[in-house]
Amino acid sequence: MTQPALVLADLRKDFGKASIIRGVSLSVTAGERHAIIGPNGAGKSTLFHLISGRFPPSGGTVSLHGRDITRRSPFAINRQGLARSFQVSNLFPRLSVAENIRCAVLWSSGHRYCFWRWADNLADVSARVEDVLAQIGLKQRRDVLAGVLTYAEQRALEIGIAIAGGADVVLLDEPTAGMSRSETSRAIELIREVTVGKTLVMVEHDMSVVFDLADRISVLVYGEIIATGTAAEIKASKAVQEAYLGTVETDD
Amino acid sequence: MTSTFTSRHTGRIVWAAAIVLALLLPELVASKTALTKMCLIGITIVFALSYNVLLGQTGLLSFGHAVYFGLSGFTAIHLINLIGQHQLPIPVLLVPLFAGITGAFFGLLFGVLSTRRHGTAFAMISLAIAELVAASSLILESFFGGESGITTDRSNGPAFFGIDLASQLQVYYLIVGWGVLSAIAMYAYTRTPLGRMAAAVRDNPERAEFIGYSSRMVRLLSFIISAFFAGIAGGLAAINYEIMTATNLSTAASGSVLIMVYIGGAGFFYGPIIGAILISLIQLSLSDITPAWLLYLGLLFVVTVLFAPAGIAGLVERHIPPLRAGMLHRLIPPYLLSGGAGLVFAAGVIALLEMNYHITLNAHEGPLLGLFWMKVDTGQPMAWVAAIIVTLVGFYLFRRTWPIVANAWNDLDSRQPGDLR
Ligand SMILES: Nc1ncnc2c1ncn2[C@@H]1O[C@H](COP(=O)(O)OP(=O)(O)OP(=O)(O)O)[C@@H](O)[C@H]1O
Ligand SMILES: [Mg+2]
Repeated sequence: MTQPALVLADLRKDFGKASIIRGVSLSVTAGERHAIIGPNGAGKSTLFHLISGRFPPSGGTVSLHGRDITRRSPFAINRQGLARSFQVSNLFPRLSVAENIRCAVLWSSGHRYCFWRWADNLADVSARVEDVLAQIGLKQRRDVLAGVLTYAEQRALEIGIAIAGGADVVLLDEPTAGMSRSETSRAIELIREVTVGKTLVMVEHDMSVVFDLADRISVLVYGEIIATGTAAEIKASKAVQEAYLGTVETDD
Repeated sequence: MTSTFTSRHTGRIVWAAAIVLALLLPELVASKTALTKMCLIGITIVFALSYNVLLGQTGLLSFGHAVYFGLSGFTAIHLINLIGQHQLPIPVLLVPLFAGITGAFFGLLFGVLSTRRHGTAFAMISLAIAELVAASSLILESFFGGESGITTDRSNGPAFFGIDLASQLQVYYLIVGWGVLSAIAMYAYTRTPLGRMAAAVRDNPERAEFIGYSSRMVRLLSFIISAFFAGIAGGLAAINYEIMTATNLSTAASGSVLIMVYIGGAGFFYGPIIGAILISLIQLSLSDITPAWLLYLGLLFVVTVLFAPAGIAGLVERHIPPLRAGMLHRLIPPYLLSGGAGLVFAAGVIALLEMNYHITLNAHEGPLLGLFWMKVDTGQPMAWVAAIIVTLVGFYLFRRTWPIVANAWNDLDSRQPGDLR
């Protein structure tokens, strides 16, 4: 029996009077690829913000590898091995592509607040940067400022920053949003490749992608998980069809 | 921080040449007043570079950087006095290091208060701290010496391998030595893991937190490092002037370093150096010639903010791609044309300003004003009409010729796509 990598217990978030996350409980097994689907405004991104420490929850707990991380700061949670990407690209626009990745590698490779060594001469860091650049297909664009990349390149870099530090739990928030069909399938190949052996939680709108990539799927509707299960279970679920799936995808 | 000063190789040659020039300068210009000015410029360069660790490197706009310069300078004066009384067994040469440590200490103290925030909140806190320190400097007489400040004699200490700092030349080389060391250290800082993260935090403090870094800690450490080098500059100033007064840590002094760095170009490592040299020279030369020099400095600042927000260094970098492509000569005729028109306009504005200053401030000297190479009779309406006409004609010509410059640039940009920003 593998230990769960990420456990959410009765997680809640209110913004003022509005209850956005209304008691979410979920257990993600180590090594699992878990997709979260749900209509716009269901609270998927908010859920990620609660897990990654961007917002404190109004109630409930989050634990990572059995350790409580509720209300910890984002950097403390990251240091425990959880990394994330953002729905809207959130890069370091005036740093080059390679610098973006390098910064994402520094903490986890132990260089932290070091100011007595050259950042470019750290062999372990440079090797990791090269690997990640190759994986995300941006080797040719390494010296370009992140702020001037094309949209698809920014999305690839967004994923690169999330995985560069080697965190074993990775949250990706709509990594393929706004991509064309071919870009999406390339991005999915990339995600498959870079998350081998990791725990992946991913928000995704494209159903074919979700059913193809995910081991298990949770359906979040109006701040609540109405079903969790394998692709077949989700497709068969009456509740899901009523609440959500039927309106989006009928031909699968 | 980008350091695209042509190729890396050329960059090194330029730096080496600059250091050699600094070392040879006293041989080339032998006058004593020039040496005094060079000392001031050297100190200002270190101070401006330290400010850019905050502004350019970490993205923190401080209105109180002179606090660290000043507090360290006062401490240095007291240290030199102690050395003179044989109570402190260190050579005066090393006082800048202790001044730097003092700066770092106050950087830690005030940084803890201010680096919690960035952006406007940080700027306001820095201003509040600056006002606080300036106010206390007038109260704590024993440390700050009140209105008249405190003095010392740098040559009171024991000579160190024959260096007694009695001559201005020795002080100059001391400043060059500490200045070069500090500049190298600050450049190196930009290339370290922490320095890189400072740039990342400048760009996107939120995302930095999701890759393991506390943005606040990065800002605090950068702040301390910046205050350390400001402290070294303050220590050098104490040795050079042998006096410190409350104006050294005033908000005016903080504003001055901000203006220098901005005009020089905060986005490039060498920008503050250009700014420090240029603004110091303007201060040193113009303040003798005209009472309106602060106004000209302000105008220069406004023009930079409006038309060259990346500063002089930004303008330099902008010209490097056409230089490499061998097409810089295409810009020269438009520049001469437009520059000429600009000069006419500037001459008109200067004439009007100077004539105004003359009749309001120096009326007792009579109506005659020495302007450029002429004697102008400010009592004559025709003189005013002429100045106004020159201004208007200059403005008109400048507006007419500027599109020629813009076209030349468009032409260059379309020739080398991807090579020019
Ligand atoms: N900081 C906030 N303050 C108030 N309301 C918020 C805040 N953030 C999100 N919300 C609200 O919470 C709800 C859920 O938003 P969220 O971004 O989590 O949805 P989502 O499922 O990610 O949607 P999408 O598919 O569009 O990305 C929305 O109604 C949104 O308006
Ligand atoms: Mg969302």
